[in-house]
Amino acid sequence: MIALFLRDLKLSVRAGGGAMIGVLFFMTVVAVVPFGVGPDLNLLSRIGPAMLWIGALLASLLGLDRLFQAEREDGSLDLLLMQETPLLMTVFVKCAAHWAATGLPLVIASPLLGLFMNMNELAIGATMLTLLAGTPAITLIGAVGAAVAVALPRGGLLVSILVLPLAVPVLIFGVSAVYAAIEDPAPFLPPFMILMAITLFFAVIGPVAAAAALRHSAD
Amino acid sequence: MRLLAEGLSARRGEDLIFNDISFSLGEGEALVVTGPNGSGKSTLLRVLAGLLQAESGRLRIEEGPAEFDHPRELSHYLGHRNAMKRELTVRENLSFWQRFMGDSPGGFGVDIAAAAGAVGLAGITHLPFGYLSAGQQRRMAMAKLLVAHRPIWLLDEPTAALDAGADRLFAGLVTGHLERGGIVIAATHQPLGLGSTQGLQMKGFTL
Repeated sequence: MIALFLRDLKLSVRAGGGAMIGVLFFMTVVAVVPFGVGPDLNLLSRIGPAMLWIGALLASLLGLDRLFQAEREDGSLDLLLMQETPLLMTVFVKCAAHWAATGLPLVIASPLLGLFMNMNELAIGATMLTLLAGTPAITLIGAVGAAVAVALPRGGLLVSILVLPLAVPVLIFGVSAVYAAIEDPAPFLPPFMILMAITLFFAVIGPVAAAAALRHSAD
Repeated sequence: MRLLAEGLSARRGEDLIFNDISFSLGEGEALVVTGPNGSGKSTLLRVLAGLLQAESGRLRIEEGPAEFDHPRELSHYLGHRNAMKRELTVRENLSFWQRFMGDSPGGFGVDIAAAAGAVGLAGITHLPFGYLSAGQQRRMAMAKLLVAHRPIWLLDEPTAALDAGADRLFAGLVTGHLERGGIVIAATHQPLGLGSTQGLQMKGFTL
């Protein structure tokens, strides 16, 4: 299992891996916003957390379709399916490696982009924390979409469309937790707890559903 | 240990690919599956590897290790694709499969240098897999059979893209596996140069 985690991590940083592409996309989206909105600092700091979250959501969806498709194309998926190791463990470890390679860099890049959006320290900290808690859920939901679309030659957009409705609650509670942290009357903990609950829920459901989809996609 | 198939049949979409195939293979026995293109050789191997659901029939192991669900867990499957990552070096690829697969009860895989030596490509394990030629890639995919022990080898067109020397080398690997009490099922057009084997001629359905 550790071998699989390390292999996927290595693959994502080698040539052709998707790790840096997600971060670059995230930076592009967020860096473009101030040019579009104009130099209104108050407005920027108000929409900043939401922009960071939307950028992170789209960036994490970007490389998801390759999660199982790359394995299928070179035949590795056949061997992964045959092993004694429960398939849902294999899927979970692949998700963990994918998140560590593409989700974690987004979390790390978010403070820098927060500065672009004129956010204060508290808002930046809250955004980072919610991204840390929320992006694993996006990967785990995305794994189900990636498993369903594994046999389709151009499944990329389909995966995003399948996954987006399920990922919307993550976005809603992530952003509302950040706003609760920076605006006084609203309490921070309830939306944050719900965000964590969503992540934990999909940590259980996601691998089971993805494993079932992979088993039936075999041809 | 014996691998038994009883009345296997498989379907792809609406079409029945083959019907009522039975065989029994003991330790050290090989089954060579021959037949024209589209007769269902690959489908049969994918059914045996548990990658495709059989329409009917049963597949079981007798006198084998106690704890396993399906014979696929005791099998190596060498399909048309090599299941190796182009971006990783040969050594990284082989050591990943070695650690991920682990050994089946009753044997041990050889280390990576020895496996590469056995396919005649010692000394290039530091290269990325994508740098190798098609034939070398195929040989390295065969080295994968050696790094983790599995009693059953399922080989689908194993010697495609190989030269005559590699053919003989591969026949040697298969013979060695049979001598150690393994079971081999191979689908092929070319003779593998094996000694005594059972044959299965797939005819396909004529419309």
